[in-house]
Amino acid sequence: MAATVKMTKPKGSIEGLTGDAAIAYALKQCDIDVLSAYPITPQTIIVEDYQRFFAEGQVKTKVIPVESEHSAMSACIGASAAGARVATASASAGLALMWEVLYCASGMRQPIVLAVANRALSAPINIHNDWSDSYGARDSGFIQMYCQSCQEAYDTTIMSFRIAENHNVLLPAMVCIDGFILSHNVERVELLPDEVVRDFVGVRVPVQPLDTDKPITMGPLCLTDYYFEFKEQEDKAMREVFKVYKDVEAEFQKVTGRSYGMYETYKTKDADIIMLTHSSPAGTAKAVVDALREQGEKVGVLRMKLFRPFPAAELAKELSSAKAVAVFEKCLSFGAPTNPLALEVRTALYDLPKKPMVTDFVVGLGGRDVPPATIVEGYNKTKQYLEKGKAPLYETLGVRK
Amino acid sequence: MSMKLKDLLQAPEVLGSGHRMCAGCGAPTVMKLMGMSLRGPTIVCNATGCLEVATTIYPYTAWKVPWIHVAFENVAAVASGIVEGINAMQEKGRYKQEHVDVIALGGDGGTFDIGFGALSGALERGHDFVYMVYDNGAYQNTGIQRSGATLPGQETTTSWAGKAEPGKRQRKKPIAEIVAAHRIPYVATVDPFHYRDFITKFRKALEVEGPAFIHAFSPCPRGWRSESSKTIELARLAVETGIHPLYEIIDGEQYIMSGPSKSLKELKPVDEFMKLQGQFKHLFTPQWEDFRKQVQQQITADWELLKKKCGVE
Ligand SMILES: Cc1ncc(C[n+]2csc(CCOP(=O)(O)OP(=O)(O)O)c2C)c(N)n1
Ligand code: SF4
Ligand SMILES: [Mg+2]
Repeated sequence: MAATVKMTKPKGSIEGLTGDAAIAYALKQCDIDVLSAYPITPQTIIVEDYQRFFAEGQVKTKVIPVESEHSAMSACIGASAAGARVATASASAGLALMWEVLYCASGMRQPIVLAVANRALSAPINIHNDWSDSYGARDSGFIQMYCQSCQEAYDTTIMSFRIAENHNVLLPAMVCIDGFILSHNVERVELLPDEVVRDFVGVRVPVQPLDTDKPITMGPLCLTDYYFEFKEQEDKAMREVFKVYKDVEAEFQKVTGRSYGMYETYKTKDADIIMLTHSSPAGTAKAVVDALREQGEKVGVLRMKLFRPFPAAELAKELSSAKAVAVFEKCLSFGAPTNPLALEVRTALYDLPKKPMVTDFVVGLGGRDVPPATIVEGYNKTKQYLEKGKAPLYETLGVRK
Repeated sequence: MSMKLKDLLQAPEVLGSGHRMCAGCGAPTVMKLMGMSLRGPTIVCNATGCLEVATTIYPYTAWKVPWIHVAFENVAAVASGIVEGINAMQEKGRYKQEHVDVIALGGDGGTFDIGFGALSGALERGHDFVYMVYDNGAYQNTGIQRSGATLPGQETTTSWAGKAEPGKRQRKKPIAEIVAAHRIPYVATVDPFHYRDFITKFRKALEVEGPAFIHAFSPCPRGWRSESSKTIELARLAVETGIHPLYEIIDGEQYIMSGPSKSLKELKPVDEFMKLQGQFKHLFTPQWEDFRKQVQQQITADWELLKKKCGVE
């Protein structure tokens, strides 16, 4: 839930919007200069809606209907290098096709906003939700924010420009929503008035753009003597995100009354077991917590939002008093000791003198439903493992074995 | 524009000295001629390849104009973004220049092969930019591998000449015609020996509205195993033997043979071009005599067809 502050909110409108439509609308209000994108389910509505704004003359954006996702990101990099505010959207195979140039976008420090409607990767080809696509890109130098509601998708898209374009950051950002579950689901969304968004995001002030008065060389060959320094700086910039993220959210909260935090805690204060997840399973987990609490279970939820950079220090503090942390994640890292989210959580907890047990449940691959029963199953298993004092590194739930 | 040599030499350099391309490489000359064709503020985008690698090793750069490299196969897409980004900022009153020319440069690998999808897409979308391929007949940067531009009979490190093979067997993609089939306003082939023709065409390419494409021939002494002093001679021979005829295609329809090719009474034998290069050496052994003849026949046939298209007798 968004923390609400009492205030007189700007009068916007209230609409029923899908996650995709909410993002498209946010992009429209952010007055982006260039949208360069290629259709792929379940992200396509973003591009379609935006092209409609264009056709109706509602945006001054140049929309580039590229011939591939590789070119979508490449055109974004070009436009951004020229100083424009740019965005794109993708998922799954499309994101995979962008892979090479994701690293170029971040390495060249271009603050591009990329909306991702998370979808499973082929093969077998599958259009439904899991997080394999953007988790695979977790080392690409993109900021990653995972949203739980259409409102949050809208708000986060607006905030993402401010975070990415901040001169202490200058990194591209992914705004992730669960494919279909959020991308195609209509929810109540409070839209801000255009001028409020316009004032909030401002106009991009590029650093060292391609300028014919001040010629610079961008993207040169860079070998053993300097490459490493570029990467060191990139990493430093990523760490700057924590502060900038907080500042931008605080400002956003002042204007809208809404904020989300780098993560959200739900009934975790006295919890013995904290269920840790993000995106749509977090909503289910909260409902499960309510039911379990009624039965006297001491359980809570920590819902991650910011995955890159990963707020390890804060998380360790938040989780330190729990007996166990049950991770639910929609990605399998074949052959790894454990899966991406649990890997990060375990690392975050490693230095604690008294470490909670960590269990890792891989759920919902390829859009397999994650009903409350699956979350309860993970919870019960974690309880049993706590009693035994030993847990497997990870296991899959909700799958025929 | 003035075509007096004296005036042309006054043009500001786009590529300074001190770059690390091989002695005798054709590409810097191609860039120099491009620079002489410019008409105002210009941004250059460069695909991965010899030119990019050898002109920019950080913290140095030989480029005197704003220049960007992103990857190997996407230079046309990068240029698309720059063109539209500038257009958007101009329309919103946020861009100081009234006009900026955007040029995309790719090697033959980055153009005929891996970057072809991005090129085709950009041409179809119709952005106002000039794409120039500097064609040195192979992936030279990575050590002379075959490309869609490699000639039949050409030996590369992925089309070796051996007891069983004469080097590459396949023909070269007719890239200028393939590009012209997109019905873009302007396509031309150029050659660094014919510098006036080169500059005139490049300037036209900049001046047309919408995409224009320039196919530049660019000898590579390192890969071709030719004398570095023979680069310009090879460029001349490429035109005279019909390996790289000079012509323009307007709106994808109208073929115009350019002066240097038009004035040829007849083609010189391809042998004259090949003999100066180690990469065709094997073709002059008895085993590949017939293959060499076939290559000659193909070049002659292509030339006759081109003459017909250009309405030249
Ligand atoms: C996606 C990708 N594949 C392969 C490479 C390796 N690579 C770099 S340059 C190059 C060849 C360039 O050939 P060409 O475009 O003809 O330019 P040249 O070096 O000959 O001037 C290759 C294969 C790369 N950088 N990126
Ligand atoms: S290898 Fe060939 S194309 Fe590359 S710099 Fe040397 S001569 Fe030029
Ligand atoms: Mg080449």
